[in-house]
Amino acid sequence: MATATPTIPSAGPLPRSRSFLSRVRDGDEIARLVTFLFAASVVLITILLVYQLWVNSALPRQKFGLRFFVTQVWDPVMDEFGALPFVYGTVVTSAVALLLAVPLGIGAAIFLAELAPPRISDALQFLIDLLAAVPSVIYGLLGVFIVVPLMRTVIYPALNKPFGFLPIFKGPSYGVGFLTAGIVLAIMVIPYIISVSREVLLSVPRDQREAALAVGSTRWESTWKVVVPFAKTGIMGSIFLALARALGETMAVTMVIGNTPKIAASLFAPGYSIAAVIANEFTEATGDLYLQSLIALGLVLFLLTFILNGLARLLILVTTQKGSGSD
Amino acid sequence: MQARLQWRKFVSNFMLTMTAVCAFVSVAVLFFILGYLLFNGGTSINWAFFTQLPKPVGETGGGMANAIVGSAKLLLAASLFGVPIGFLGGVYLAEFSGGAMASVVRYAADLLNGVPSIVIGIFAYSLVVLPFKHFSTLAGAFALGLMMIPITLRSTEEFLNGVPRMLREGAMALGASKWQTIATVIVPAAYRGILTAILLALARVAGETAPLLFTAFGNRYWSGGWSQPTASLPVMIFTYAVSPYEDWHRQAWAAGLVLLGLILIINIVARTILSRGIAVPR
Repeated sequence: MATATPTIPSAGPLPRSRSFLSRVRDGDEIARLVTFLFAASVVLITILLVYQLWVNSALPRQKFGLRFFVTQVWDPVMDEFGALPFVYGTVVTSAVALLLAVPLGIGAAIFLAELAPPRISDALQFLIDLLAAVPSVIYGLLGVFIVVPLMRTVIYPALNKPFGFLPIFKGPSYGVGFLTAGIVLAIMVIPYIISVSREVLLSVPRDQREAALAVGSTRWESTWKVVVPFAKTGIMGSIFLALARALGETMAVTMVIGNTPKIAASLFAPGYSIAAVIANEFTEATGDLYLQSLIALGLVLFLLTFILNGLARLLILVTTQKGSGSD
Repeated sequence: MQARLQWRKFVSNFMLTMTAVCAFVSVAVLFFILGYLLFNGGTSINWAFFTQLPKPVGETGGGMANAIVGSAKLLLAASLFGVPIGFLGGVYLAEFSGGAMASVVRYAADLLNGVPSIVIGIFAYSLVVLPFKHFSTLAGAFALGLMMIPITLRSTEEFLNGVPRMLREGAMALGASKWQTIATVIVPAAYRGILTAILLALARVAGETAPLLFTAFGNRYWSGGWSQPTASLPVMIFTYAVSPYEDWHRQAWAAGLVLLGLILIINIVARTILSRGIAVPR
């Protein structure tokens, strides 16, 4: 790329072919071909992935069509498969996770980008990177043995007593359920929100802050009314990224959501999510329709994360370029 | 007027303090996780954990020797599959390509990076498990290797692009052909960054559970070979944690400590020692 070989303007067919031959002799063309094959294999694998998901979910598509997403019955014995309880569980847990994680994550990102001295900011960011590296099964392990008991003894009484009249806090708690899964998910996605938002905030040009301070705003006013709005699209991107993670997260959710394919208004009720049902039932799925229904759920998950990740990348790109452009 | 100013200053200080609280709460989670695992895992871990096979259901004791070896085998095979594709693909992107093909490859890699791990598992199942009709170590390694490709590819590209132009021109001026320049000058100049990225990719897939559930499956005994199912640490943690047995919970904590310790050590080493002075991609 950067090593542009000088091109001769009047290069006719003869010198060109000679230079090609000499490049082959030097091995350049071979090296290019070999690395090209490896690069192309990445594209091939990705196409194959989409193709396999599509082809292997043909049966439920033919039999149920779009009804697959609006029916609630999940009965492998009767060969009836409706995905609504899983879609509901995935949406509810992710929403709870974002409600908890977004304020905390953005607050922390503001601190790291605007307030903390660079050295402390870097040290904290390092720890947050480590937090992002903790595998989901470990979060699940801690969820099972810490959050679930905590739910029963502390969180449930605290919310059910005063707010029990609200449908979302009604009913008994078994420890596992939508809220538990949402809390664990929130803890898992916070590092992503912090990392990306911090980067976006850091890319906001310095003069934006200085101008706000110069007209007499306080530190917080310059941050909240100037810097954050400037970085708004990028922060939205970090939220989409976190949402994509939360939707696709499997192990931690499987371990604490209760694995009951029911739709319930109460956040304390046990439920199920798309990823969790695939994880639990895939190996025991007997019959093609059963297995393919699970693969169809996988396809849905894939499409959702595909769209969200694309949007997130776009938003983050727009903001960081805006920042560097006006510098 | 004065009161209004004081109020604004108060709001400013209060909100800024709140952001600090947010940051420290988030970071405190890491220490909480570490502390809890050290406490629970530390009291559960013993020599048998590393040397013995799992005991039959109902008997206490035993260990996870087969899962430790299984995880090592999975990671080895995953690296052998994922690293060459990622590395050489990255070399292509940085050194040979331009235009449409490069953006297609980049796009595919980013897409692959965002695929939920459970979907990767389905893909490996339909591609490797179904045709051979049984779960295998290789299928698990294929799934994990897939997840290593995008990270390795994009960071290889990034670090190769970061090599100063003068180094390339120097090599070219001495008469080296393009691939000689790449192999003897550019890649050696960027190797620390690339190695860091590969280690981070390895640490990431080391803890992956979902793609292994229906590829490598699980095994209570030593795996019979590459084409047989194998136990792995993450899957063992999952099965043991959701089981109703007290002794299995104890072992799940021990396995969690070992796994997390390993992953954090790789991360810390890669991010601090190896990558001193270079920006590590997240």
